[in-house]
Amino acid sequence: MKFSIYDFSSFTQSIHELLTGVMSPTWVFITELAIVGLIFLLFYAVLGLFLVYLERRVCAFIQNRLGPNRVGPQGIFQTIADLIKLLFKELFVVKNADKFLFNLAPFVVIIASLMAIGALPYAKGLQALDFNIGLFYIIAVTSLGVVGILLAGWSSNSKYSLLGAMRSGAQIISYELSVGLSLLAIIIFAGSMQLSVIVESQANGWWIFKGHIPAFIAFVIFLIAATAETNRGPFDLAEAESELTAGFHTEYTGIRFAFFFLAEYMNMFLAAALATTVFLGGWMPLHFGNFETFNRIMDFVPPIVWFFGKTFVVIYIIMLFKWTFPRLRIDQLLTLEWKYLLPINLVNIVLIAFLVLMGWHF
Amino acid sequence: MSLEQIMFTLFAVMIMVFSILTIASRRILRAATFLLFVLLSTAGLYFWLNYEFLAGVQVALYAGGIVVLIIFSILLTHHINHRFDKPALGNLIAGIGVAVLGSALAISTLLSFDFGTKATEAIPVDVNAIGKQLVSTEHNGYALPFEVISILLLAALIGAIVVARKEDVTETESK
Repeated sequence: MKFSIYDFSSFTQSIHELLTGVMSPTWVFITELAIVGLIFLLFYAVLGLFLVYLERRVCAFIQNRLGPNRVGPQGIFQTIADLIKLLFKELFVVKNADKFLFNLAPFVVIIASLMAIGALPYAKGLQALDFNIGLFYIIAVTSLGVVGILLAGWSSNSKYSLLGAMRSGAQIISYELSVGLSLLAIIIFAGSMQLSVIVESQANGWWIFKGHIPAFIAFVIFLIAATAETNRGPFDLAEAESELTAGFHTEYTGIRFAFFFLAEYMNMFLAAALATTVFLGGWMPLHFGNFETFNRIMDFVPPIVWFFGKTFVVIYIIMLFKWTFPRLRIDQLLTLEWKYLLPINLVNIVLIAFLVLMGWHF
Repeated sequence: MSLEQIMFTLFAVMIMVFSILTIASRRILRAATFLLFVLLSTAGLYFWLNYEFLAGVQVALYAGGIVVLIIFSILLTHHINHRFDKPALGNLIAGIGVAVLGSALAISTLLSFDFGTKATEAIPVDVNAIGKQLVSTEHNGYALPFEVISILLLAALIGAIVVARKEDVTETESK
């Protein structure tokens, strides 16, 4: 079995051949489905827990505290202990709540983000779903998450939940537009929606460098809109603790609450990973024009390290947003989207289309 | 049974069961949720046919767009304890009768029609080709429908803004 950290396609191919030798094509298909599903579920849970830990440490760092530091080295097992606690908590259902929808809502939210995470290219040859509508697929399935939030808010039979869900829904639907349009900018540059093709097109330079200023504007808009779409601070008025207790998941306890929490963090990861893939070159190493030695050294770092390195830089930026900016009011939030981001975005796209038409980008 | 048949049967059964649940449920939000499942199962069928673009459109437009809109309006207008009345027996029988007649007509037409199916490899649908077809003015191009729909949507957008807009303060004062 050939294994190379720089190219996973030969490794996955050899697993496929190994399975084909043992069983019929139908069972190969089912087995591969099960393996990939299991890997993604594990990845989802472990990464989600790590992100929660990271957020607490970053928050503590910004507020001049230590954060969790007792369970395990540097408190790394703190969130695992929290998860075990949540698993043992009672699952409580409010009187007169719609039980069926109440139980369904966390699954809708978590499935929507899990479906999107399967389509990301993590390294060369390490991508579960490579549709030729890749980016469109991700935008489509992430838009399902809002259904779960609305269902959770309504079925809880609680005013806080309903108000939180309404705010959250209005926010997500508005900012989805900006996310889509800023990604469209790079689709115009790359000439494809397929994520692997978009990454390949950045082999000689990331789009944020190659696309002049319009690509940078699109990147900034994407960061703002994606932060808002994931309901994170400073746009977290959907779960503004001081006024709405916890927004749409006020009435949720135990592992059901953990599902919402996990999905929120994984949506942040998804936003950062998308920014990485589309604007920052995905798993492509950093190259500078003709500095041969420098480029060779950069090539030596495995693609998967590049991908997660860049993603965590973006995640850190998103976390900085949350802990440094004050929360927006609902009218400010909607003004920002409809009166600033959307017009800038539309002009930006026309500009980019013109750039591409004239062939002025690198 | 091959994998294709199993998957098709699975999606078909899901579509049928959730369709019936959609109209049979007496709670409106549950009905909307079942409608979402119907649309998602249809998208699953498209994915299974390797027609990813149509599946993506199905998910983004119907599941992510229209159902969210429906749920939003339910959230604004309905209380959680609200239930629909049970339909009168006469209505129920008439409804079932019409449904049976309609489906019998549809099934008999579908069975008698020769679709000319052949077991060929699925042709990959290129998004670039779809995009070019959409704005092409040549034969089989969709430029005219595309523009007409754009104007319709623009008119609807402007109409929505006019309806939602607050009256001018000075105008109301002068009245």
